[in-house]
Amino acid sequence: MTAVLQVRDLRTSFRTDDGIVKAVDGVSFDVEKGKTLGIVGESGSGKSVTCLTVMGLNDRRNATSSGSVLFDGRELLGAPPEQLREIRGDRIAMIFQDPMTSLNPVKSIGWQLEEAVLVHNDVTRSQARARALELLKAVGIPRAETRIDDYPHQFSGGMRQRVMIAMALVNNPDILIADEPTTALDVTTQAQILTLMRRLQREFNMAIVMITHDLGVIAEIADDVVVMYAGKIVEQATVDDLFERPQHPYTWGLLGSLPRLQGESERLYQIPGQPPSLLRPPSGCAFHPRCEFAFDRCPVVVPELVEFADGHRHRCLLDDARRLQIWEQKKLELKGEAA
Amino acid sequence: MLQFLVRRFLWAIFLFVSATVITYLIFYVVPSDPAKDICGRACTEEDVARVRHFLHLDEPIYQQYGRYVWNLVAHGSLGTSYTNRQEVNHIIGQAAPVTASLVFGGAVFWLLLSLPVGIYSALRARSLVDRAAMTFVLVGVSAHPVWIGLILSYFLGYRLHLTPIAGYCDFFNPSLGSDCGGPVQWAYHMLLPWTTFMLLFAALYVRFIRANVMETMTEDYVRTARAKGASERRVLFQHVLRNSLLPVVTILGMDIGLALGGAIFTESVYSLPGLGRQVLKSYEQFDLPVILGIVVFSTICIIIFNLIVDILYAVLDPRIRLE
Repeated sequence: MTAVLQVRDLRTSFRTDDGIVKAVDGVSFDVEKGKTLGIVGESGSGKSVTCLTVMGLNDRRNATSSGSVLFDGRELLGAPPEQLREIRGDRIAMIFQDPMTSLNPVKSIGWQLEEAVLVHNDVTRSQARARALELLKAVGIPRAETRIDDYPHQFSGGMRQRVMIAMALVNNPDILIADEPTTALDVTTQAQILTLMRRLQREFNMAIVMITHDLGVIAEIADDVVVMYAGKIVEQATVDDLFERPQHPYTWGLLGSLPRLQGESERLYQIPGQPPSLLRPPSGCAFHPRCEFAFDRCPVVVPELVEFADGHRHRCLLDDARRLQIWEQKKLELKGEAA
Repeated sequence: MLQFLVRRFLWAIFLFVSATVITYLIFYVVPSDPAKDICGRACTEEDVARVRHFLHLDEPIYQQYGRYVWNLVAHGSLGTSYTNRQEVNHIIGQAAPVTASLVFGGAVFWLLLSLPVGIYSALRARSLVDRAAMTFVLVGVSAHPVWIGLILSYFLGYRLHLTPIAGYCDFFNPSLGSDCGGPVQWAYHMLLPWTTFMLLFAALYVRFIRANVMETMTEDYVRTARAKGASERRVLFQHVLRNSLLPVVTILGMDIGLALGGAIFTESVYSLPGLGRQVLKSYEQFDLPVILGIVVFSTICIIIFNLIVDILYAVLDPRIRLE
């Protein structure tokens, strides 16, 4: 196992008019070569900011970061902009949530793909175009030869996301960071995009960091999972481990809110309350106001990330026996709903 | 495309009719007697009646209007001035180049000023330069062109003798017996008028461009461009400016079309014999044909420039088709 990306104790905070927002608060994880790391959490949990920080794409004027981001042995955090620029789009590529707005509306998609090639390679425009065409075919754009000169508005959402993926992969990156790439798409298109990403991952032998709020997507594609809440990792495990024996009440809530095909269509479980304000996070465990198992220590003690089993960590104050007991019961409830 | 042009043409006719009819009605409503004014004090009632008949002012208004439209459509004639019997076509032909000099020259200046300032302000929002630019905007928007004109011509022209105080020199034909004429004298005489005329627009455009660029900077596709590894320079020129300056093309076309109807204040302050000053003069004399002529001319300018803007927009923005 070789980690192509090592993130250690990453912290990012934003200066706002109302005060300091700690968007990412001590996050550590590894991304293995050719594997997929899933980062799950609600809106505002810090998952996107984590990845933007890795890419060096935060607004330098009001964001400050600390910690370490090691890519291929090189420290990215605090590296000169010019160095980051060389890595961005070449070794680490990124695709975004909304394919409708992520492409420049006044440039043809061919131009935009060629740009991605030309920025990093000393090739002619026609060579860049050939490469662009190759990628458009690889991501399954029908009649790519004619569509290469079309503009973004002439494509559907799913096709635009394919174009985004083609653009990200055009330089054979080591890592593809995908920030909720399927959220804005309809369900059948989502499945197609995920299948495509899995296939391309094998072909290009790249690592994927998949940011999502959807554990269904995680189950589809991830090898390792990081669950984030209020800027912190609350659980970290392999995908099998996470679904088999989740340890954190927040993860239980996420699992409970997954829709299932079997069983009666009851209302989906909802984690009560709202994600906390990062401007004034709750005391102690940030999840305690929404946690049905919270006890007297939760609002007082800030829980540490503890190793529960090999590579399986969680940030919960409940003792192991109690957690096991709750999960056994939860599992029955979830199964019961399914049956 | 054809459908677009046909619709535009019908729209132009509608604009023309409403503009001229309204002007006619206003003149009919306003208590005035051009025939008496033109004839002079010494005229008898009979003389005035003769003049009135000669100018067709004794006809009902719809007949006068019909005659006007017929002359314009059949002979391309805007009629003759009540006061000096000059062809209105000729009067406009004399005045329009002056106004065009002012407006187009001014437009070049206000773009040269507002583009760099607006873009820089957007990129360095809240910096010292940005604050200075915003102060300029406030002053430029609030100060009246007449005031600016008087100040400039007093200090730069009268006190420092750096520029002419007022007056116009023709670009092509030097007037007889003077050196006033030719491109150099023309530009020299236009310096202050340009400055005066463009200040308001420059201020408005700085604010407009700044806001547009700032908004575009937050677009997702700009983030995509950065994620690609594009340099900041590339991001700015290829992605931000191309998108944020599209609306500038629109309002530029409209502003120029509008201003060609007459930059009344600037022309008055600097005694430029343009359309604005002409319309003011003709209004004092109730010279309906000249005023109508200028109204028609402005309407045509606005229609033409709107058309240019629409076509240009369709060329610049692939999302727009002329349908």
